Amino acid sequence: MLKPGSRLKSAVCDAEVMVIKAGADDEVTCGGAVMATDVSEKSAGDDAQMHGCLIGKRYVNQGDSIELLCVKSGDGSLYCNGEELMTKDTKKLPSSD
Amino acid sequence: MNIALLLQMAAEACPDRTAITFEGEHYDYQTLFDAASRAAQTFSESGCRFVSALDTSSPAAPIALMGAAMAGLPYVPLNYRLTDDQLSALIERIEPAFLITGAGDCQFDVQTHMSREAFLRAAMADGPSIETWHEDPSAVAVQLFTSGTTGTPKAALLRHEHLVSYILGSVEFMGAMPEEATLVSVPPYHIAGISAVMSSIYACRRQVQLANFDAETWVRLCKDEGVTNAFVVPTMLTRIIDVLDEQNDPQAAFPQLAAIAYGGGKMPVPVIERALKLLPDVNFTNAYGLTETSSTITLLDPNDHREAISDTHLRQRLGSVGKALPSIELEIRDEDGQAVSAGTPGEIYVRGPQVSGEYDGRSVLDSEGWFPTRDAGYLDEGGYLFLSGRADDVIVRGGENISPGEIEDLLLDRDDVVDAAAVGMASEEWGEAVALALVMKTPVTEAAIQDFIRSSLRSSRVPEAIRFVDELPYNETGKLLRRVVREWF
Repeated sequence: MLKPGSRLKSAVCDAEVMVIKAGADDEVTCGGAVMATDVSEKSAGDDAQMHGCLIGKRYVNQGDSIELLCVKSGDGSLYCNGEELMTKDTKKLPSSD
Repeated sequence: MNIALLLQMAAEACPDRTAITFEGEHYDYQTLFDAASRAAQTFSESGCRFVSALDTSSPAAPIALMGAAMAGLPYVPLNYRLTDDQLSALIERIEPAFLITGAGDCQFDVQTHMSREAFLRAAMADGPSIETWHEDPSAVAVQLFTSGTTGTPKAALLRHEHLVSYILGSVEFMGAMPEEATLVSVPPYHIAGISAVMSSIYACRRQVQLANFDAETWVRLCKDEGVTNAFVVPTMLTRIIDVLDEQNDPQAAFPQLAAIAYGGGKMPVPVIERALKLLPDVNFTNAYGLTETSSTITLLDPNDHREAISDTHLRQRLGSVGKALPSIELEIRDEDGQAVSAGTPGEIYVRGPQVSGEYDGRSVLDSEGWFPTRDAGYLDEGGYLFLSGRADDVIVRGGENISPGEIEDLLLDRDDVVDAAAVGMASEEWGEAVALALVMKTPVTEAAIQDFIRSSLRSSRVPEAIRFVDELPYNETGKLLRRVVREWF
């Protein structure tokens, strides 16, 4: 079950994400393998889903029902329920502190 | 979710970049992260339930903040300008505490005490690091005692989810260029000091710490350290401008300075006007926020400043604190709690993921999550927010609400007025009447001031008592102590 604030690890690469928004039943994968809070051993990723994810970027689906923050870069790409997630552009604000 | 994640990401992405510069020493992001991880282990082993600091700015502040977060303990920076009695009373409320002090010895009764020097030495040396973090988003990350301008200090609680939401919503990760540096001169126990640490870390921007503000040192550090950004409170900007005024080419004093943000108190319009003229190449940003909202909730951005200074129709916007952040909802409500339209004054309410609105475990949010700021103000047609003081500061004269700001702004526009404060005084006839404290450049009669106000505003605004003083009482972050002014009448 996904909860905001949870940290998920990739089973195929170094990638880690923090859940910002998600449905309880959403399934997040990286490089084709399910991401989880604990990953005991790494496996090989699906080559078609290995375009990478980048630290500091936010990943969302078309419907904006899921949002992940990549907190550690990796080689796998992020998917939710089979849909590839896209980076979200955030409005750049002037530094206020 | 944990604010220490912000530091972990910075250390992951740019381990070798300088995080902190303090008195000529540099600390990179990896060093800062490792030090916080060791401090967290020390905090955990101490058995204390709070981590507290009684000190000026130093690398110990971000290390203790992030270390406490990893250990799952609230971080409670204390105001070192309080008296020992006041501090004892606060420390009693956070026992058992792990207290870090700038001075070597400690006169307070706490479970664990460490001097800054010993704490830094231990955090920098080889030693065990914490292995697993607390990840509960609703754990308290920071507890700040409010300045108590109105009474006993309240403990405002900021949870990890509030602070992380604020940073993610307002700062771009690694958004700073390697050469950027921000000068932090606000005290570490102030919300602006806490948010400066977190924002800089997430942007991977170097922080240059200035322990005790004075304008000459500030100007010199800007040049010597190649400072590109700074945050100041209004009184600091006033003093900086006074120093710059004596120089032939003020802009040359800051070859790299690109941006100054200001907040923490009301900025007099004449001061920001002078600043814009003296430093035309600097981007100015006005930030308005409260402790209970995890810092900034509205911004008047550099473009707003430029438009206001170059267009007389927009000039009054220099007196505005700008527009709400994208992640913040803001409305003005009347005394019955109904939202009012643009131009109508009332109390400012805000809602958003960074808003805590919680004291000592008691939430003051309404059933729909709105936080009553107790600040009074109004929105203009463009959505720009104008503050008119604390809701509690409103003077109620015979049922009519009078905002002190209205009278003060009028007076501050006069060349012979240095500073002004309008407060309520007891009146048999009206319940409350206007009293005025004035700092003048040149002497003036009471009658002349009364006539001036009567001719510009309504007669209800004319003060029944005026007192001429050498200066008005402010706290260290530039907040006018109206409580003290009230006692004069």
